[in-house]
Amino acid sequence: MALATFKGGIHPPDKKDIAKDRAIKEAKSPQRVVIPLSQHLGAPCKPIVSIGQEVKKGEVIGEPGGFVSAPVHSSVSGKVIAIAEFPNAMGRMVNSVVIENDGKEEWASLKDNPDYIKLSADELKEKVKAAGIVGMGGAAFPTLVKLSPPKEKPIDTIIINGAECEPYLTADYRLMIEKSGEIVEGLKILMRILGVNKGFIGIENNKPDAIEKMKDAAKNEPNIEVCGLEVKYPQGAEKMLISALTGREVPPRALPMDVRVVVQNVGTALAVYEAARYGKPLIERVVTVTGEGIKNAANLMVKIGTLISDIVEECGGFKDSAGKVVSGGPMMGFALSTLDVPVTKGTSGILVIPEEGVVHTDEFGPCIRCGRCIDICPMGLMPSMLSILSEKGHYEDTKEYNLFDCFECGSCAFVCPSKRPIVQLVRLAKSLTKP
Amino acid sequence: MADVKKEHELIVTVSPHVRDEETTSRIMWTVNMALLPAFFMGFYFFGLKALFITALCIISSVLSEYFFQKAVNRKVTVNDGSSFLTGLLLGMNLPPSLWSFNPFTIHVPIIGSVIAVVITKQFFGGLGYNIFNPALIGRAFLLISFPKAMTIWTEPSAAFFALDAKTTATPLGILKEDGIAKLIEAFGDKLNLYAELFNGHRAGSIGETSVLALLIGAGFLLYKRYITWHIPISFLGTVAVLAWIFGGKNPETGKMLLFAGDPLIHLLSGGLMLGAFFMATDYVTCPSVRKGQIVFGIGCGALTMLIRIKGGYPEGVMFAILLMNCFAPLIDRSMKSDVFGAVKEKKK
Ligand code: SF4
Ligand code: SF4
Repeated sequence: MALATFKGGIHPPDKKDIAKDRAIKEAKSPQRVVIPLSQHLGAPCKPIVSIGQEVKKGEVIGEPGGFVSAPVHSSVSGKVIAIAEFPNAMGRMVNSVVIENDGKEEWASLKDNPDYIKLSADELKEKVKAAGIVGMGGAAFPTLVKLSPPKEKPIDTIIINGAECEPYLTADYRLMIEKSGEIVEGLKILMRILGVNKGFIGIENNKPDAIEKMKDAAKNEPNIEVCGLEVKYPQGAEKMLISALTGREVPPRALPMDVRVVVQNVGTALAVYEAARYGKPLIERVVTVTGEGIKNAANLMVKIGTLISDIVEECGGFKDSAGKVVSGGPMMGFALSTLDVPVTKGTSGILVIPEEGVVHTDEFGPCIRCGRCIDICPMGLMPSMLSILSEKGHYEDTKEYNLFDCFECGSCAFVCPSKRPIVQLVRLAKSLTKP
Repeated sequence: MADVKKEHELIVTVSPHVRDEETTSRIMWTVNMALLPAFFMGFYFFGLKALFITALCIISSVLSEYFFQKAVNRKVTVNDGSSFLTGLLLGMNLPPSLWSFNPFTIHVPIIGSVIAVVITKQFFGGLGYNIFNPALIGRAFLLISFPKAMTIWTEPSAAFFALDAKTTATPLGILKEDGIAKLIEAFGDKLNLYAELFNGHRAGSIGETSVLALLIGAGFLLYKRYITWHIPISFLGTVAVLAWIFGGKNPETGKMLLFAGDPLIHLLSGGLMLGAFFMATDYVTCPSVRKGQIVFGIGCGALTMLIRIKGGYPEGVMFAILLMNCFAPLIDRSMKSDVFGAVKEKKK
């Protein structure tokens, strides 16, 4: 059978070997954590602790500020020493709670409930809500929202996204190898919450051992299908993944739920399982620390709020000089201007690019209309025209070329022989026009 | 806290943080390379004249770009290989007879190069912004300004160093003026005609004659995916079909005889192969949407045959491509690809 895939896409060198075989290791518990009250898409949380207050691990410190939001918990036990604005990985200032770690790792509450699967859908959903779970693939969309589709939009399929199509990153891969059973359980819980009896786990074909493991873990689950996907970026983008596995195309501006599908990342599935079984909130996640510029690559279980500088130090620091440090993967991640930003629920990786590996984009050429970007744009857009119009300042005209359907995957900029900063130009146009 | 951060100035740019190795100049230089086999065949058949003319075109193209960019304070981009390519293509599109001191026509290639690079390309904003293929505008300008010099064709001779050679007509010229029987006669028999056309042992522009060599270069570009099949195949296919339908003549009356043409002669002669693989495919001046490229190719093919059969010139490739160049932006705009999901949801 031909491998499931979508139209377009690119093949960047995957570089996963750097961190692929490093088993997940618990990161050192940091002296202090900086926990942003807005780690997700949607309304920021309201702090419910005050300076000087003692908190336990897993205790709620921020309450959701709206429906599209998720509570935030302390990832250590200790004392709140500040509540103030701190920079996050995107360079924005966000209200954050700083907690001094007392090293006792005292949990607020953690109860094993092996019979979790017997809980009702609503009870399970309540657990997901309380645990503050968000999409852990990068966009950090609150999971609860995805699990609460309006009545007129029934869901019939859940997809667990194990594509991990971003080069370098191996966090999801390690999870699938080491926690395959838990991920399948997580999927079963999600299926129960939504009353769905079709589950897919989509994994790119360059991870045969992960496919093997997941197949094994799901072998007694007739409703769960583990599918190999063609290795191609951005295979893990929601719309591409849905099209590859179900043949359904999410219309422009619509959501997966409009084609009766919910997509969750493997890390999220694990978090759902842990929330349902132990009542464990989302206070830590696997972060791949990788790149040619880091001394010791690793896949670390990191407490939310740990500063990236602490993690870099734990991994032996930079090899010689770091040119660029990226939070996330090389295709869609954010370049950091300072390492003093915390790991959040959406941080999938820390990528250190040595100076000689940095692509300088200030020198770019004119569009030679070679059509490469058009061939590969997974959304079927004309990135060339978007970039030309935006460069000339014709922002309004970019809408004729469906500006707002671009999800900034970066494929076009990757292939462009003129090294045009297409994503940058797209963002510029988006910020200066309205959909 | 960690002190690693203090020592480093971190570079911040917008994603993506990795890029493909392909660059514009690598593409341009590769296309230049792919033209070399055909150029060498021209050199072989037409001797030193061919080399001199082509070199003259390349040098004047590159220099005029350099000086123009200096003069208007633009970044000098001659290293990207695109003006070299324009010069090379222009040279390959000129008759070898232009290297002549009596009458003096050596200035002709230079004028063509300046027109191509400065007027057609730089005046419009430089690489990427020109509407017309620079080399073809250069050639078209010369054909109109120097109609005589531009239509003197010489016989391919093995006398390598000979700077003057016997003049003759091109196969398409013979076909137009005297008909297919005369053309076959000139080459002995039909099979020999095909073979000679394929090898390139015939009168014509310097780099257009050897179909074999052009195909080698084109095959390389296709293999490297620098060009795709869309334009050349639709172009050549249209020419073949139309040549078959409308290319035949009743030998007695000289009137058009439908479905009696010889597509092979049309495919193998003139500037068709050079045009279809190397000039109609010019990124900047052809549509960039693949579907649109097929329309473009068909248009080029149809116009070529219209000129060849009905027009005043024996050859129509150049004007066909130039005419279609005008439509490229329009084709792109009207044949935009479908946005993902905009088509109706299909079920597995
Ligand atoms: S960044 Fe936007 S325009 Fe470029 S390939 Fe991705 S979706 Fe298409
Ligand atoms: S890949 Fe770059 S040069 Fe080619 S058409 Fe797209 S934007 Fe233009």
